[in-house]
Formats: sequence, C-alpha cells, structure tokens
Amino acid sequence: MTLLDIRNLSVEFHTEEGIVRAVDEVSFDIPRGKTVCLVGESGCGKSVSAYSLLGLVSPPGRVVGGKAILHGTPRLDLLKLPEKGLRSIRGNRISMIFQEPMTSLNPVFTIGDQIIEAILSHQAMNKFEAREKTISMLEQVKIPAPEQRVDEYPHQLSGGMRQRALIAMALATEPDLLIADEPTTALDVTIQAQILELLKELQADTGLSVLFITHDLGVVAEIADEVVVMYASRVVEKAAARELFANPLHPYTRGLFGSLPSLGGNADGRLKTIEGSVPDPLAFPTGCKFWPRCELAVDGCRETEPELRTLAADHPVACDVIEGGADD
Amino acid sequence: MTEKGNEKSTGFWRTAWKRYRKSRMGMLALAFLGLLAAIAFFAPMIANDEPIVCRMEYTSADGATTNELYFPGLQETLRQLPWIGPALFSAPPPFSRMDFKFKKHFKPGRDWAIMPPVPFSPLETSEDRIQGYSGRHWLGTDELGRDVMARLIYGTQVSMRVGFISMGIAALIGLCLGAIAGYFGGWVDMIISRVIEIFMCFPVFFLILAVLAWFPPRIENIMIIIGLTRWVGIARLTRGEILRLRELEYTAAARALGAGPFRIVFRHLLPNALAPAMVSITFGIAGAILVESGLSWLGFGVQAPNPSWGNILRDGYGLMATTPHMIPPACAAIFLAVLCFNLVGDTLRDVIDPRTRGRGT
Ligand SMILES: Nc1ncnc2c1ncn2[C@@H]1O[C@H](COP(=O)(O)OP(=O)(O)OP(=O)(O)O)[C@@H](O)[C@H]1O
Ligand SMILES: [Mg+2]
Repeated sequence: MTLLDIRNLSVEFHTEEGIVRAVDEVSFDIPRGKTVCLVGESGCGKSVSAYSLLGLVSPPGRVVGGKAILHGTPRLDLLKLPEKGLRSIRGNRISMIFQEPMTSLNPVFTIGDQIIEAILSHQAMNKFEAREKTISMLEQVKIPAPEQRVDEYPHQLSGGMRQRALIAMALATEPDLLIADEPTTALDVTIQAQILELLKELQADTGLSVLFITHDLGVVAEIADEVVVMYASRVVEKAAARELFANPLHPYTRGLFGSLPSLGGNADGRLKTIEGSVPDPLAFPTGCKFWPRCELAVDGCRETEPELRTLAADHPVACDVIEGGADD
Repeated sequence: MTEKGNEKSTGFWRTAWKRYRKSRMGMLALAFLGLLAAIAFFAPMIANDEPIVCRMEYTSADGATTNELYFPGLQETLRQLPWIGPALFSAPPPFSRMDFKFKKHFKPGRDWAIMPPVPFSPLETSEDRIQGYSGRHWLGTDELGRDVMARLIYGTQVSMRVGFISMGIAALIGLCLGAIAGYFGGWVDMIISRVIEIFMCFPVFFLILAVLAWFPPRIENIMIIIGLTRWVGIARLTRGEILRLRELEYTAAARALGAGPFRIVFRHLLPNALAPAMVSITFGIAGAILVESGLSWLGFGVQAPNPSWGNILRDGYGLMATTPHMIPPACAAIFLAVLCFNLVGDTLRDVIDPRTRGRGT
C-alpha cells in the first residue's frame, strides 16, 4: 500500500546568479509502514525534496512541477494544496524532525509547552489531556523521569534527549508519515544507534511510514526498507535496501558503497572516496551529470541524460552504460 | 550548570535575572528606580495637605453630626489605579469620602490626623514665598509660596508616567512592525524599512515642538508624540533579531508543525527577540524623561500650575539671580533618574548580549 506517491517533483531556486534546479523530476513512493531512505552527497537536493512535500520551500525556491498524492487521493496533492490545507496536514498527518536538535526547539518555552502546543493545534483536547498525552509520549520515547522533564527548558537537556523530545513532539499527533532530515547526524555514534533503535520500535508499534534523509550508509543499512539514491538533483537508482546492498548498479552508488568500509571492496579497509566533487548546480555538465567523475564514462554519456530504466526487477537505475544484472 | 540538579526550570529571563543580580551598579540603579516608582505612586501619601488618615467630627449643614475615620491620602493614592481606583473612591465606609475641607474643620484635641511627611500639596500657595531650605519647607518654596519638595515628588509622577507610557507605545509599535518586517521580508519589509528611515531623519525634539503648536501641550499629547517617534530603534533591533531567528531550525520546526505565520512571529519568535528591544526600551525611557523635562523647561510641556521636574527648573531659573535653591534638587532628580535608567539598560545589555556574557561583572 502506498502512502505517498511522488511523481516528477521539480524545484527551482531563482537566484541572482541564475536558476538552480535543486530537484529535477524526482519520483518515488513511500509505502505504508515502511522506511524509505533518501541518500546522496551534500547538496544533491535531499532536503529540498523533503521540504517541498510540506510546502516549506520558501522564496526564491519554487515547486515547478510534479505531484505528491497522499493516501491515493488525487485531491490530496501536497504540491497543489493551498497553504491552509497544508497547515492542517503539517504536524498532523505528516511530521518532520530536523538535523540540529540543539536549535530545533524554541529556547524560551519548556519541552512540555511545545509538545502541548503541537497537540492542541491539531487535536480537540483540553490542556490537561494534552499534558497527559505529552508525558506519555515522553515516556514512549524513553526519556527518563518524564513528569519532570516536561517542565524543563531545551537547554537543560542533552542532544540525544532533545532529539527524543522532538520525536515525541512529531509523533504526538499520530501522523502517518515522519520525515526525518538527517536526525542523527549531529549526535555521537552510541546516541545515534539508540535513536535509530527507538525509531524502529515506534514504527513497529504504530505502523508509521518514515522518509529518512541521510548520507550515512551505515544508517541506511540499519533502518531502510527502500533506498532512493540521488545525485545532482536527480534520482539515479531506486531499490529495496537488501537488493541495493547486494547489487548496486549505478557507478555512483557503487562509488558510495566503495566508501563504506564494511561493505567496500578495499582489502585494506580504507575509505574509498569518489574522485572529483559535486558539480555546481548553476553549471551542471551536459548529458549524465555524473560523467566527469565516472570510471565507466563513454562519449555518449556527455550527450544524453540517461532516464531511469529497469535492469533488475524493481530496481530502476539511470545509467546507459552498465548492463543488466550483477556482473562483478 | 553546577546547580542544575536541585533547581527548578530556568528560563532565559530567570537566568538573565540571576546574572543581573550579580551587578552591584545595576542593582543599585534598579533599587533607586523602584524607589522613584514608589514615590510616584504614593505621592498623595507623601506630599499632601490632607492627612493619610484622620478621625473628624463633622456637623453638616442639616445638623447631623458624624464622627468617622477618613483616609483622604490613601484614597487619593488608590484612585490612581486604573479601573479599581474610581470604584474604591466611591465606595461606602471605611472609605467614606471627606466631602468637607479638612483644614477648616480640623480641631486639635477633638480630632486627630496623621499627616504625610511633607504636609503640603504641590498646588497649594502660601505667604512664605521664595524661601530657602528649612525644617518646614525642606527644599524651600517658589515664587508663589509652593513647597518645592511637594512639587518635586509630584514631578516624579509625571516623569515616570511619561517614561513608561510613551515607551510602552513605542515598544508596541516597534516590536510589531519590526517583527513583521523581519519575518515577512519582501515588499512588507521594504515599506516598513523605508518608514523607519523616514522617521530616523526627524529631529524628534523639534518635531514635537512643531506638533505642539497644533495640539494643546497636554502631557497625554507629549506621551503620544514621543511614543509615535521613538519606536524606530526598537523596530530596527527587532527586525534584525527576527531576521536571524527566522533562519533557525525551530522556525522551520514550527512551520512543519502547522503553525501559521502570525503565530510563528508573535508566539515563537518575538519572545526570543525581546532581549535587545528591552535594552533599547530602557534607554528610551531615559530619553523620554529628558525630552519631557526639556519641553517643560521651554514651557511646552506640563503646563503651570502643574508640577514637573522641567517646570520646577524653569521656575527656579527665573529666580536664579537671587536664590538658586530650586535648581539643584530638580537637576539632581532628572540626572539621577536618567542615569539610573541608563545604568539599568547597560547592565541589561551586558547580561543579555552573548558576546559580553562570559565577562565577570
Ligand atoms: N535558499 C536557497 N537558495 C538558493 N539555492 C538553494 C537554496 N536552498 C537550497 N538551494 C540549492 O538546492 C540544492 C540542494 O540543497 P539541499 O539542502 O536539498 O541539499 P541536501 O541534499 O539536503 O544536502 P545536505 O546533505 O548538505 O543537507 C543546493 O545545492 C543549493 O544549490
Ligand atoms: Mg539537507
């Protein structure tokens, strides 16, 4: 069952230097109760894709095309809904958590105030019920002594605790989809593992769908059901996590996996990085945007931009050079 | 951080107050301002020709004799309170009204009264004209035989009122416009920023003089004009602060939770942007007091016979050649009030500004 069906999403930024196409014809769907990981190097358009789903791209950015159909209801196209309609979906049907737990909470209000406000703005409850709900949410995200924590200010909590509080806030309204934009990047490794564990548990309990943005393949291996790989504003490969790890097709994906020590082919265990750097979005190369960095590039790559084509079952990839199936 | 365990929640303002308390200068200034505010409010119980409390026997025109407790000074004080004041004033005993002249009917021996420390009203003239400092008139009297101390005390009332009300108006305008400009940006910001620039070009003092040529020079008008011109600094600071906060993740988080723009600006962002505005408001109060004193000194402010620090200075200035006794008290009052507001503003800035926060006080 598909919860959110994203088709040909395109977002542009009209800057003084020119038009930046930050998201270019991105399509994927988010199944109910599953975790979709959006991976790619910095600047490839992961955050902008996620923000545009909630209408949170602000000028000079603009969604220039596409659909994002919620619940299979054509009326609920997130990219076309008016601001008012979106507001009743944000934080209610779709919640979001951010990278920086340090700055995602408002310093002048207590944790409780903020979660209670989130609940009250979408649900018919009185203050006492909302407070009860808040405490039970804090308990659910395993914050110790929630009755006390609820009245504390953000600066009194550690980074991991804050991210837990933010998850509690995001899930207090029982959304269908949680968008998590690199929620663990700012945390240290053990805390990161705990937060991922918590998200998995909550998902098992509630049937929540998660769109998880990261550039850490270790995290992907930990949490993903489906993986969408982005490079320079476009989707270059999509597959189930197991399939992708077993059989990465796109040279870029292989490059990424090469940079993962446990899965990489390097005998000495050193990180292999992809040569070159992310292209400037104002001056993308012609043809396949990856060719300047690609080991397999041939002349044809400079001319035509490859479309996604399905080589293996349920495993589309945007590369014209590679042959179907695993060949190495 | 060290006391975290046993401490209740500490919000920003509580932490700021804890740091503020460590500044001796700041606390001294704040204490003095507290004293001035108290003097302003309790003026009718400090300087009055009617007692704070008295028991009087009174035979009215229709022959009925009453012997009651009256609280004229207390009543006059409470009457200043908005809303409840007038209600109390018209209330039955123990707040019965003394609707006869205290001085005329008071008989020592039969009646008793507790007079305020300065037993003169600021408008009460007497035959003791232009006297120096004495036990009876602590700060002497003016040309009309009015007690300077009493006038100074009521002048405090004027200054505090002008300071707080005019800056209250300015703060309301400045915070709202600054927040809206900073958050919405675009043409809204364009318009508000231009208005700010236009207002910055006005020499406020002369603008006020010009306006007072058209409107009666009443204290209310002065407060409104100061309020309508002094919001600019507050607006600029607030705009800058909101511009910064708008980019922080909790703004995105609030949006992602479905909050509308006005809710985000006024509930989520403005409380975080208040600190710099507070500093500006405090300095603004000092400025407003100076403006009012200056206007009154020029004769455009509070009108005779009502007292204000500027008026006293003006009256004293006329007498300076013969007796300069009225100048020092009025000058000291203006100087100390302005100094204290500025000191409080300074301390507040040190306490709030993260760049100076680490420094010991
Ligand atoms: N406000 C903006 N103005 C102009 N261009 C922008 C703006 N925000 C994003 N972009 C463009 O969109 C592109 C994608 O940005 P995005 O934040 O989605 O990257 P990302 O994949 O989330 O990277 P990261 O891993 O660093 O978070 C950037 O390369 C940038 O050129
Ligand atoms: Mg990002």
